Amino acid sequence: MPESTATSVGVPGDTRLEKLSVSKNRHWFSKLPVVRQLGIAVGWQKGMLIVGLVLTCFFLLVAIFAPVIAPYGYAQMKYDDGTGFPTQAPPSAEHIWGTTVGGYDVFSRTVWGARTAVIAIIVAVVLSIFLGVLLGLVSGYFGGWVDRVLVVIADAIYSFPSLLLAILMAIVISGGQSSMWGGILASGISITVVYIPQYFRTIRAEVVRIKGSAFVESSKVVGASTWRIMTRHLLRNSTRTLPVILTLNSSEAILTLAGLGFLGFGIEPTKAAEWGYDLNRSVADVTAGIWWTAVFPGLAIVLIVLGITLVGESLNDLADPRLRTRKSAGEVIGSIEDTSVDPNAKPDAANQVLAELDAMDGRDAAGDSTTVGDAGKEA
Amino acid sequence: MSSPTAAAAPAKPAKRVKRNRLSGGFFRFVLTRFLLIIPTVFILVTVVFFVMRATGDPISAALGGRLAPDELQRRIHAAGYDRPIIVQYIDYLGGLLHGDLGTTMTDNQPVVSILTRYGAATLELAILALIIALLVGIPLGRLAAHHRDHASDAGIRIFAILCYATPVFFLGLLLKLVFAVWMNVLPSSGRASLSSEMQFTRLVSPTGLYIVDALQLGDMSVLADVLRHAVLPALALGLLTAGVFIRLVRTNVIATYNSGYVEAARSRGVGEGRLLGKHAWKPALIPIITVMGMQIALMLAGAVLTETTFEWKGLGFMLSTYLKARDFVAVQGIVILIAIIVAVVNFIVDVIAAIIDPRVRY
Repeated sequence: MPESTATSVGVPGDTRLEKLSVSKNRHWFSKLPVVRQLGIAVGWQKGMLIVGLVLTCFFLLVAIFAPVIAPYGYAQMKYDDGTGFPTQAPPSAEHIWGTTVGGYDVFSRTVWGARTAVIAIIVAVVLSIFLGVLLGLVSGYFGGWVDRVLVVIADAIYSFPSLLLAILMAIVISGGQSSMWGGILASGISITVVYIPQYFRTIRAEVVRIKGSAFVESSKVVGASTWRIMTRHLLRNSTRTLPVILTLNSSEAILTLAGLGFLGFGIEPTKAAEWGYDLNRSVADVTAGIWWTAVFPGLAIVLIVLGITLVGESLNDLADPRLRTRKSAGEVIGSIEDTSVDPNAKPDAANQVLAELDAMDGRDAAGDSTTVGDAGKEA
Repeated sequence: MSSPTAAAAPAKPAKRVKRNRLSGGFFRFVLTRFLLIIPTVFILVTVVFFVMRATGDPISAALGGRLAPDELQRRIHAAGYDRPIIVQYIDYLGGLLHGDLGTTMTDNQPVVSILTRYGAATLELAILALIIALLVGIPLGRLAAHHRDHASDAGIRIFAILCYATPVFFLGLLLKLVFAVWMNVLPSSGRASLSSEMQFTRLVSPTGLYIVDALQLGDMSVLADVLRHAVLPALALGLLTAGVFIRLVRTNVIATYNSGYVEAARSRGVGEGRLLGKHAWKPALIPIITVMGMQIALMLAGAVLTETTFEWKGLGFMLSTYLKARDFVAVQGIVILIAIIVAVVNFIVDVIAAIIDPRVRY
């Protein structure tokens, strides 16, 4: 629309309207959730988002390249020549972060632990999004008694401390401890059960809101199938808040996994490295003044959760116009000077408006007016 | 657009209506909300019961491998775990109505007595942690909202996220390491030293809240001892919760700070300090109180980890002890107790929210 307006009523030589990126097709890359927000963010918000992304990517890389980075295996207790690792040895050249009471290398286990954490997050998030979104869609669209029952159950579970629920699930799934995949799956599924209600509630609320709107009605009239309406119209339009919940849940998933491990319901040390378990083993060490067994796995948890939470918080702020950092240029679009045509003005005079529009060029302005308004550079 | 007289005029009749509604509407709301506890608890009990029983009967879980198969079978039969699961479920619900949550496998105690013996310790820890969380969370959250997007805001927010990102047991371990081991100024675990515990046995009616008991004794050294033991656990659990509170307060104050009536008050010449302290603060309180109530429920999960870290003998510590002993009757009982506590706390929070904000009820 703006393009046709630009060609028909634009002042000759004034390219401002063409420079507006409103409703233009943009590269798919800049539409990706995080990338899009990176374009909108300014000031501190941008800094927090970038720090979060860097931390998250760092742990992803560590998880992927764990075999290369870690000098020893996660369950290795002997050197290649067969002699055992020292136990509770302070940081040294062979073991840069020391060894544990069981004779594991702290650095190696911390590095391998990133892999366990990342896999657990992926399992938990994929499962709970899939189930939560599906249930939310069905429940919200069809309504009726199924909907009411599901809502009451979701509310009951939602109000319950998630760690306790995860403990119960861990007991059921693995009966306590198990193999690497068994353990990760058990933790993942326990976390999933806890987080399904969150996705369910969000998606359901959106679906209920959207299903009364005209475009859904009209597609029904046209004869679109229920499946098509649910996937094309409802799902596409109700995923707005998903990236935020997803990131916040991932960080909670790590904390839950670590909590399970700390209580002894995680993964056996011989099957995979898990930070919560390592911290559990280090409780006695701390009282004896042995700090390295607790500090490193603990810091790993703090940093990965910090990274993911920073990303999530920034996305949350940017999604909520009340919390978004607002910087000028917003009023420019709708201001009188901009929309009225002044025949006396020189078309390419570099006035304030042009300057701000130039500053905006290339930034995100994907359609909605609030986004356009906030896209300006920091004053 | 909003002259003071115009604003005051419709406010008066509105107030009268509100008082009239308080009698009927409020109590109806409280009653409906109270009745809602029942399905919530019922669902949780059902979920917990079937989930726990999905692993098999608690006797094989606790004693399997340690007893001969026929002896095990005999015990299972005696306890009635070989009956159809539905019968057991109804039986359990019946017991629950009478306040009977079963008997622990490992030490043969009624589960309810665990609540009375250890509940006070958890309550004490939760109250102290809540005080710390409020003292840290509210001022910092308001400060951050006030200096929004400035360096101090960013700093406070990062502190809040750090509080939230640090697992409570890791924070506990760090605090222990610094204050109990390196500086050696505070005790590393327990609720009181042995001599103080001995003193408490003299009390006629001990409350189980050690601070209250110490005051009853009137012995300052005991009180100091109890407080010294409480500092680190309360700090660990309190800071975790403070992180959430900071974020909560900041978000809600910013939201009301931008609203129309604050703008109107500003245009009438109300100072910024008063705007922040009154106009933007009071309306922000409603969501803050609601979420804080939910946080209290979540604090119970944090308490499990905190108590385990500091060997603070409360419900959470007992839960993790019974978990390790695979005593699933006790675990089930404690979890259901916590579920009931959560439901009741949420009810109280909703009532408080309704008292503050008449819009909540209908």
